[in-house]
Amino acid sequence: MQLSRRNALALGLGGVAFAALPLPAMAAGTVEELTAAFAGGATVGTGGITLTAPEIAENGNTVPITVDAPGATAIMLLASGNPTPSVCTFNFGPAAGSQAASTRIRLAKTQDVVALAKMADGSVVQASSTVKVTIGGCGG
Amino acid sequence: MISRRDFLQATVAASALWGASGVGNWSRLAAQQVLTQDRLLEFDDYGNVTLIHITDIHAQTKPIWFREPEINLGVGAVNGQPPHVTGADFLKMFNIESGSPHAYALTYEDFASLAKGYGRMGGLDRCATVIKAIRAARPDALLLDGGDTWQGSLTAQRTAGQDMVNVMNALKPDAMTSHWEFTLGIDRVTEIVDGLDFPFLGANIFDAEWDEPAYEPYKMFEVGGANVAVIGQAFPYLPIANPKWMFPNLSFGVREERMAEVVQEVRDAGADLVVVLSHNGFDVDRKMAGNVPGIDVILTGHTHDALPEPVMVGQTLLIASGSNGKFISRVDLDVQNGQMLGFRHKLIPIFSDVIEPDAEVAALIDAERAPFKAELEEVLGTTDSLLYRRGNFNGTWDDLICNALIDEHQADIALSPGFRWGPSLLPGEDITREDLHNATAMSYPAAYRSEMTGETLHTILEDVADNLFNPDPYYQQGGDMVRVGGMGYRIDVSKPQGSRITDMTMLKTGEAVDPAKSYVVAGWASVNEGTEGPAIWDLVEGWIRKQGAVTIDPNTSVQVTGA
Repeated sequence: MQLSRRNALALGLGGVAFAALPLPAMAAGTVEELTAAFAGGATVGTGGITLTAPEIAENGNTVPITVDAPGATAIMLLASGNPTPSVCTFNFGPAAGSQAASTRIRLAKTQDVVALAKMADGSVVQASSTVKVTIGGCGG
Repeated sequence: MISRRDFLQATVAASALWGASGVGNWSRLAAQQVLTQDRLLEFDDYGNVTLIHITDIHAQTKPIWFREPEINLGVGAVNGQPPHVTGADFLKMFNIESGSPHAYALTYEDFASLAKGYGRMGGLDRCATVIKAIRAARPDALLLDGGDTWQGSLTAQRTAGQDMVNVMNALKPDAMTSHWEFTLGIDRVTEIVDGLDFPFLGANIFDAEWDEPAYEPYKMFEVGGANVAVIGQAFPYLPIANPKWMFPNLSFGVREERMAEVVQEVRDAGADLVVVLSHNGFDVDRKMAGNVPGIDVILTGHTHDALPEPVMVGQTLLIASGSNGKFISRVDLDVQNGQMLGFRHKLIPIFSDVIEPDAEVAALIDAERAPFKAELEEVLGTTDSLLYRRGNFNGTWDDLICNALIDEHQADIALSPGFRWGPSLLPGEDITREDLHNATAMSYPAAYRSEMTGETLHTILEDVADNLFNPDPYYQQGGDMVRVGGMGYRIDVSKPQGSRITDMTMLKTGEAVDPAKSYVVAGWASVNEGTEGPAIWDLVEGWIRKQGAVTIDPNTSVQVTGA
């Protein structure tokens, strides 16, 4: 499913366990360090996670990102090309109706946005998407 | 005067539909015929559903010259694939005789001399004749307008699109989608859309704040006993390629997942045939057709390609109907029990001297033009050169505009956007005010003068080049390369962004452009709010008047490799 911001808000009010926590201790890490810390030794696979991002950002200051990973206990979002790649981590409790989240992030330049999901069995999967930040202006 | 093979028609038996879709088939079915209206319209009705597609009219109500591109490169997997085939290669691929009416209509070679023989093309009064003839045979045929309809002429600019709305209403479209429409500003778009008798579709247009659909995504029609869903797809990169401050609360994008959802939704609602009326651009549509299951037909637009045969992606038909009213596509389909069993397609070239104008629409067009008649017809000068715009890197219309910008703004370098609209003019013709506006009329025309460093210029060229030559079509915006006056460069289209553009050189001195040095740059059509300067058409008009007769020297300032 795709969560609009309004839906996400409604879900939050409905009491579904859903928390986005920037992790201050890890905020300064590189993509590799953050990935290693999140994976906790597990090999990062693919599949089972859907990252939806615009191909070209209409406004690099607020880029809508949706990530969906059924069965995940946590999803971490990274902006690989930002000075501080860490964006946030969503944790899902057992009562969560779905393991999906939408947010908006700021992108300094064209880069890959990366989402990692940790499953209940400890396995970790990853998806990434290139978001282009362009000066634009010459569409025919 | 015209006596050659004329019509382009692909007929495929239902049993052979998917096997016989390669290029080159139509011509074996075409006959040696005299070019007449009857022959141009001849079509053996087929199946139970008829689609009529016209797109990217760019407010051209009268017949025009329109030279197709000489350079139209495809990168990556689509290199050498239609529509990235031009000139002799195009003629060979589609088995079209050199010098024939279709060679004139579909390619650039010998354009000026063939134009004199075959005449102007298009004219919405001629289009009306074709549409009425198809409807006479197929009363429930759907007329679908792919957008870029309300912009591109003096009259459309002065009436904020109203002349086009009035003329199109007379053609009675069943649906449309959009791109340049939004450059009239959101309030004006809303005002027009509220008064339309047909839906203004855009499944990928969203409210920017809440990320929720802002326009009707599709409309279901009952045609020939089948439910036909027409899904609209507006130009995905409006807020990037055009000024987003003119429609600040809207968000676009390709939104492939959204398209898949809507296709599923219409199938669940009983659609037997799914048609996408698209302004994505051809390569974006080709990728979308491969990624989104369940689309039967994509009526493509935006990139102004005209193809005499459908391109097949799996079991999806891609139709390319050209621009500026030059062509209308008719697609007949046999649709039974939720399946497309076969099709027959014809790209109908609108030879304005062959197809009789529809009297009612001709009168309406003249009435819309009447208040501006004297202004439109005023002669500003003459051209000794063929003036055209279309092509990836440069065109003589933009060379003219860049020369005017450099002279009038006393600039070192001029930039002119790589728009694909703008008809052509033949050598020896007068340049009227109408002609100039056909190449420039839009809602953010300020001709600015500013300073840019060599490094900034390089960044701009790299950015625009990636919009055109990124190997992933979803990152392409569908315009041509920004045109540059006063400066030459080399481009390797196969390289990634940041390393395509080299050897930027000042043409006047032969010196390399210094990344650290500031240059005076003149340009127009900035997407930034508050850009200052005279309207580009006023600046260029003043320059043409001083020249009298305009000559454009051959342009060899861009060296292209990697194609």
